[in-house]
Amino acid sequence: MNPLGYAAGDLTALLTSFRLALLSTALLLVLCTPLAWWLATTRSRFKPWIETIATMPLVLPPTVLGFYLLWVLGPNGWLGGLSVAMGGAPLAFTFTGLVIGSLIYSLPFVLQPLQSSFQATGTRVIEVASTLRASPLDAFFRVVLPLSRRGYLSAAVLAFAHTLGEFGVILMIGGNIPGRTQVASIALFNHVESLDYAAAHRLALTLLLLCFALLLTLYLCNRRERSVGVAL
Amino acid sequence: MSLTVRTAVRYADFSLETDLTIAPRGITAVYGHSGSGKSTLLRCIAGLERGARGAISLNGDCWQDATRFVPAHRRPVGLVFQDARLFPHLTVCGNLLFALRRATSTGIGFDDAVSMLGVGALLDRAVDTLSGGQRQRVAIARALLTQPRLLLLDEPLANLDLDSRAEILPHLERLHAELAMPMIYVTHQLAEVMRFADELVLLRSGRVLAAGALAELLVRPDLPLAHLADAGVILHGRIAAHDDEWQLSLIEVAGSRFAVARRPQPPGTAVRLRVDARDVSITLEHPVHTSISNILPARILDIHDDREAAQQLVRLEAAGQRLLARLTRRSVAQLTLVPGKAVFAQVKSVALTN
Repeated sequence: MNPLGYAAGDLTALLTSFRLALLSTALLLVLCTPLAWWLATTRSRFKPWIETIATMPLVLPPTVLGFYLLWVLGPNGWLGGLSVAMGGAPLAFTFTGLVIGSLIYSLPFVLQPLQSSFQATGTRVIEVASTLRASPLDAFFRVVLPLSRRGYLSAAVLAFAHTLGEFGVILMIGGNIPGRTQVASIALFNHVESLDYAAAHRLALTLLLLCFALLLTLYLCNRRERSVGVAL
Repeated sequence: MSLTVRTAVRYADFSLETDLTIAPRGITAVYGHSGSGKSTLLRCIAGLERGARGAISLNGDCWQDATRFVPAHRRPVGLVFQDARLFPHLTVCGNLLFALRRATSTGIGFDDAVSMLGVGALLDRAVDTLSGGQRQRVAIARALLTQPRLLLLDEPLANLDLDSRAEILPHLERLHAELAMPMIYVTHQLAEVMRFADELVLLRSGRVLAAGALAELLVRPDLPLAHLADAGVILHGRIAAHDDEWQLSLIEVAGSRFAVARRPQPPGTAVRLRVDARDVSITLEHPVHTSISNILPARILDIHDDREAAQQLVRLEAAGQRLLARLTRRSVAQLTLVPGKAVFAQVKSVALTN
C-alpha cells in the first residue's frame, strides 16, 4: 500500500491535494471565462477596479487572505453562517472551505492567461463570425474557444500547480485534519517540524517533480502551438 | 432595390454623418480618401457599429431605427474585410462550411461559390499557407455562402500586390456578371471604380459628397473626380467586328465606332471603354492627315476651370455620350470654343477596362 515508502497519511495528503487542485482548476476555468471575456472587451470605467481586486491574491500575504477567509467562512462569518443556517457545518476546517479558499487564491493564475488570450483573439473574430450569421454565443464556442486553447492550457496548468503548492491560506482555514483537510504541503511542514527529514524529502521531491513535469508539458505544448501560429 | 443609410457615428477624431438612399444595382463603389469614413459606412450597414445612431433599411426591411437595432448576425448582408479574416483554426473548407451551415436561405451552393472564386484546389489547405490573393478569394466565397441580399466589400484589394489583384479582379467581374446580388465596394483606387462600378458614392471627411450613376458623377464639374489627373469617362459598347489585317477591334458605342488593339473576345461581347480627358483633343475641321483614328463629330456643352490655371475642362457631347477634354486655356481661346459650338473630338487613346 506504500511502495515508495511514504510516511503514514502522506499518500492521503497527496490525494487531498490532487482533489483540491483538480476541483479548483475546473471551477476556476468555468467561472473565470465570462469574467476574463468581460475584462478583455469592456471599456467600462470599473475595469481597473475589478482588475485590481482580481489581482490582489497574487500579492497579498497568504496569511492575510487566510485570515479574512477564516473570518468569512467561520460559524459567525456570512458564508459560514449561511452554511449553518442551511443546516450544514461552518465552512472553515472543511474541504469545501479549502476549495473556496483555493478559488480565490488561484484566481489570478486563471484570469490573466484567459484575459490576454481573449485580448489577442480579439473582438475582430467575433465581428467576422457575426457577419457569418453566428450569434454571440455560437461565435464564442466555435471561434473564440478554439482560438484560445493555449490560454486555457496555461491557465489550467498554472492553477493546478499553484493550488498544489498552496500553504499559508490552507494552514489558516483548513487546519491540519489528517484525511480531511491535510494537504501535501502541510504534511511536509509537519515532517520538518518533527525532524523527520527522510519523509520530508520524499514528499518535497514528489511535489517538485510534479510541478516540473506540469510546467514542462505546458511549455512543450506552447512551443508546438506557436509554430502553427494564430494570425488573424 | 433601395438601401437607406441615415447614420451618425462620432469618435474622438472622426465623425460620419450620412443621409443616403441608393438603389444598389451591380457594383456600387464607395470612393474617398482614407479616413473619409468608407469602412465605417460599411460597418454601419453590416451592424458592427453599435454606437451608430440613425436609420438603416433595405427594401423597407428596417435594420435600425430609433427603437431597434438588428444585430449583425441577423442582417442578410455579407461582408468581406480588407484583411480577409479567415478563421485560422479551420481549413479553407471549414471556413466555407462555417458560413454555409448558418445560412438561413439557399441560393448559392457550395460548389457554385467554390467554382466562381476558383478555390476548389485550396479546400483542404490550412489558412496560414494561403497567399494574400487566395485568402481574399476564400473570404469572398465565404461571404457569398451566407446567402446575402447585399454583399459588402471593404477594400478587398488594398493589402494585395499587383499580381494578386490581377488574380482577383476577373473573379469579381464574374460575380458582377453572373449574380444578381448587388455589391457595395469600398475603394480609394479610381482605377477600380472605373473598371467595374455602376453606381458611385463619393465620401469626403465623413460626409457624402455625391451619390448616383458613375457615368454622371464622372463628368460633373463641381465634383473632384472630373479634375483628377486621370479624370475621364466610361462608355459602354460592344465589340462590332475584328480587323485582322491591322490587328484592331472595332467597338461600337451608340452608333460610333472606336478602334482599339485586337481583343480576344468574340464580336457582340459587351465592353467598357475608358476615355481619359487628357487623351481627347479638339479640332474645328475634320482632320485629314492625322495618326489618330478615333474622330467624332461633337458639340461643346460647357467649359470649366480645371485643377491648374493653364488648363480648362471642356465637356462635349458626341454620339449621345459625354466626353471630357482637358485643353490649355490658350487653345480654348485660340479656337474660340464656346458652349454649343460644333467641333470634332480626336480621341488619342481608348482603354478597355475588361
